[in-house]
Amino acid sequence: MSEQRLPVRIVVNGTEHRVEVPVRRLLSDALRYDIGLTGTHVGCEHGVCGACTVLLDGVPVRSCLLLAVSVDGGSVTTVEGLAGVGGGPHPVQQAFTECHGLQCGFCTPGFLTTVAAYLEENPDPTEDEAREAVAGNLCRCTGYQNIVASVLRAAELQREAGA
Amino acid sequence: MKPSPFTYHRPESLDEALSVLAEVGGDGKVLAGGQSLLPVLSMRLAAPAHLVDVNRLAELAYVRAEPGGVRVGALARHAAVERDEQADVVQPLLRQALRLVAHPTIRNRGTTVGSLAHADPAGEMTAVLAVLGGRVTLVSKAGRREVDAADFFVGPLESAVGAGELAVEAFFPAAPPGSGTAFLEVARRHGDYAVCGVAAVVTPSPESVDVAVGYVSMGPTPAVARLADARPSGPPVDPASWAEAADAAVTGLEPEADIHASADYRLHLARVLTARALAAAWSASAASGTEAA
Repeated sequence: MSEQRLPVRIVVNGTEHRVEVPVRRLLSDALRYDIGLTGTHVGCEHGVCGACTVLLDGVPVRSCLLLAVSVDGGSVTTVEGLAGVGGGPHPVQQAFTECHGLQCGFCTPGFLTTVAAYLEENPDPTEDEAREAVAGNLCRCTGYQNIVASVLRAAELQREAGA
Repeated sequence: MKPSPFTYHRPESLDEALSVLAEVGGDGKVLAGGQSLLPVLSMRLAAPAHLVDVNRLAELAYVRAEPGGVRVGALARHAAVERDEQADVVQPLLRQALRLVAHPTIRNRGTTVGSLAHADPAGEMTAVLAVLGGRVTLVSKAGRREVDAADFFVGPLESAVGAGELAVEAFFPAAPPGSGTAFLEVARRHGDYAVCGVAAVVTPSPESVDVAVGYVSMGPTPAVARLADARPSGPPVDPASWAEAADAAVTGLEPEADIHASADYRLHLARVLTARALAAAWSASAASGTEAA
């Protein structure tokens, strides 16, 4: 039996991609293998680690828990799409750099997408809220202290930019 | 960690979905949020021949708060139910429990009805439906039926949804006037599966204090204890005053041991969390009573 394949149209970081994928292709794998954007990292592949978090129509989701065919017609933002039009780093990326919010960097794309979306919703989090915001993402290096500091710094940077 | 091959169906209407489900019968599995199903497929704990993706059925993405209760459509994401202000007014237990369902990122995609159909005894919403005495509406080509929570949860990961059926709606009854609710759980990590969880509803009246408690991770299906008159032995805001009621509520619970907790420890948690949840629910009821007066 040959495996069922379907055409999928996804807008990724503002660019439309049309690919034909096996129906069991995970969105995480479609982004990496079919579309060639390897910024989205695949960690646990069962929705625990958060490394593969992308924004689907602006909302953070685990790309390893979605079938690519299921998001046909949708719009995805990956870590590659966070940077501004001018190519400068996103405030969240800037903050992670300044505060040493990463060490090996494997989990970082998931943190960046999660935090970028979170700050849209809550631009002025307390430290407890910042901690809660990243509770669904695992990091084995940092011990999270600098990640929480990065969330707060990113909020500060965004406020400064908006002021 | 990739799903095994399946045939994928993406119906555009409820009618079409029911036709496909009738056709594939027991070989079919419904995909809504997929936050429980995709891990199960990827780990190959399940390998259905047909996957029926209902994400195009936008007409099922509703949360309707009515005086009698909250109706949640099959495609309403946990996040949508959690954020619905009217639903929070009608039945505060929904938001209290949803905040403990996995992480926000999972709640953005996972559906409330889907987690009920998944029937995981560690699922918060199963206990909420059970303690409230809610029901689930199942639709198939053959017709429509409503199943009470007491009959809906058949066993671990087994609900009353039959082959060819789609769970289209869950109904969570409104909080009775003057009642209060609380949801508490203990998990190894915030957002992880609860070692023990407790959903409590306290309804005080001049004659009696009615108490209902639903339990997470304390048996194969969400257990519910109902006490007709569970008066606190002291100040009702103090959990210690509810110790007797908690003892009565946990009688009959037979939790299993696993890698995270022994059966005895689970029972201990259930007793402590029940007393705390009853005190918290009482406080919520007193507050709502003051508001009404």
